Amino acid sequence: MSEIVLEVRNLTKRFADFTAVDGLSFSIARGEIFGLLGVNGAGKTTAINMILGLLTPTSGSVEVFGDSLADHRIEILKRVNFCSTYTQLPGNLTVAQNLMVFAQLYGVENPKRRIDEVLDLLEISNLKQRVAGHLSAGESTRLSLCKSLLNTPDLLLLDEPTASLDPDIADKVRNVVRHVQREHGTAILYTSHNMRDVEEVCDRIAFLDKGKVLAEGTPQTVLSDFDETSLEKVFIRVARGGELKPQKPAAVSSAGSENSESEEEISS
Amino acid sequence: MNFRIVRALVTRYLYLFNRTPIRIVELIFWPMVGLLVWGFLSRYIAETAGGGMPYPATALIGAVILWDVLFRAQQGVSIYFLEDVWSRNLLNLFAAPVRLSEYLASTYVIGFVRAGFTVTLLSILSALLYAFNIFEMHWQLMPFVLNLLIFGWTLGMISTALILRYGPAAESLAWAVPFLIQPFAAVFYPVAYLPPALQVVAHALPPSYIFEGMRESLNGNTIATSQLLAATGLNLLYLALAGVLFVRVMRIARERGLLTKFSSQ
Repeated sequence: MSEIVLEVRNLTKRFADFTAVDGLSFSIARGEIFGLLGVNGAGKTTAINMILGLLTPTSGSVEVFGDSLADHRIEILKRVNFCSTYTQLPGNLTVAQNLMVFAQLYGVENPKRRIDEVLDLLEISNLKQRVAGHLSAGESTRLSLCKSLLNTPDLLLLDEPTASLDPDIADKVRNVVRHVQREHGTAILYTSHNMRDVEEVCDRIAFLDKGKVLAEGTPQTVLSDFDETSLEKVFIRVARGGELKPQKPAAVSSAGSENSESEEEISS
Repeated sequence: MNFRIVRALVTRYLYLFNRTPIRIVELIFWPMVGLLVWGFLSRYIAETAGGGMPYPATALIGAVILWDVLFRAQQGVSIYFLEDVWSRNLLNLFAAPVRLSEYLASTYVIGFVRAGFTVTLLSILSALLYAFNIFEMHWQLMPFVLNLLIFGWTLGMISTALILRYGPAAESLAWAVPFLIQPFAAVFYPVAYLPPALQVVAHALPPSYIFEGMRESLNGNTIATSQLLAATGLNLLYLALAGVLFVRVMRIARERGLLTKFSSQ
């Protein structure tokens, strides 16, 4: 069985009478890309924020590299990174300055060389001395991705990384994600509204609806469970609140182990 | 505390000035306006009072300079936080392996740099324009200046905590909080000139002892050790309380999602 990098158990977040994430459980093994899917407000970003320690769970636990996030946050974050479409790097610093600051924050050895490597990987070396605020949306997203790769993370959280990219650049980003997975064995949590992204990139996925897991498994098993031909159709079906019950209980593997909670959700 | 992290955060702030020198105007313009207005007022008072600059008139210039120590230190903490809010960088920072103590330490350094810059500038200008050299004042004043710096950090933490707690609508507190205490801090007039009830308030604020001490110094008296001790004691108490407030608000922010909500607004 592969080494478990991220283990989320019964994660719940309530804001007053609204439940954003409701008993979420999943795990990601080393070198695995796990897709968290769902409509806007399904709880994907809230889950990521809890995994980063930016948001305290109402209940449940997050373990990263076998340690509790609540107890070892700083040590864990040294080996984690993230990229979100909802954040930016300071617009009045150059690309190189921004990356140098974060390289120092993450304690990257030989930061200049690493900065050149990630800029090459994302094909924006030509923007190195450009002020970040003058970048296009797509360039800005790639800069955020560069930031997220600086410390060669063992766990990478990507929150809609291709949201503002044209198809060409989105394809390049997907290639980078796979490259990182392959070369370093990085475990990746990936959220996206682009089902093509998910089909191409993710080893396993979970569909979230109102903070709960509706289905979990490989893209093929989820398609089979919903008796659909594409994840986009599954997504639309979930979004429109139609018949959600799969044709058969989802065969759930949680990095090799069963996720009984998801099965309960599906069969209930 | 990892000093590499503190250095990185301070470097990031210095990059801002390197990239956009126009930002230095903020550090020059308002302090200069204050110095010019109070300086010429002092000269007017001195001349109408007849001959030389009596102690109260000179004290106005010294007060302007010392007040700026407090104000710039406070700004260093609260504006630094707002810079990250405005640039939507807050989550990047708090998702990085940065301890709250390291973040705060970097804001203290920035407050110190800001205060050092404007005090040096104002000191040179006041010497050139008004023949008032703050460095001729008793060097015993330095502990008082240090106390002002610390109280500026304290106010910075309080204003940042309030902004985080109450959201963007409270951003103006970053500038307003120091001026909320200014009338009671004996900056431009002695505590004795306040109504008795407000004198109690003044004596609860460390700056009142500092500015009283400065006036005593200008009057040729030695600085009262008891005032220094009172200012330091109160300062340490307020610094500790502000630290507790900041940590508590940060915990509330993490529980209620204020950090993430603030970053996406």
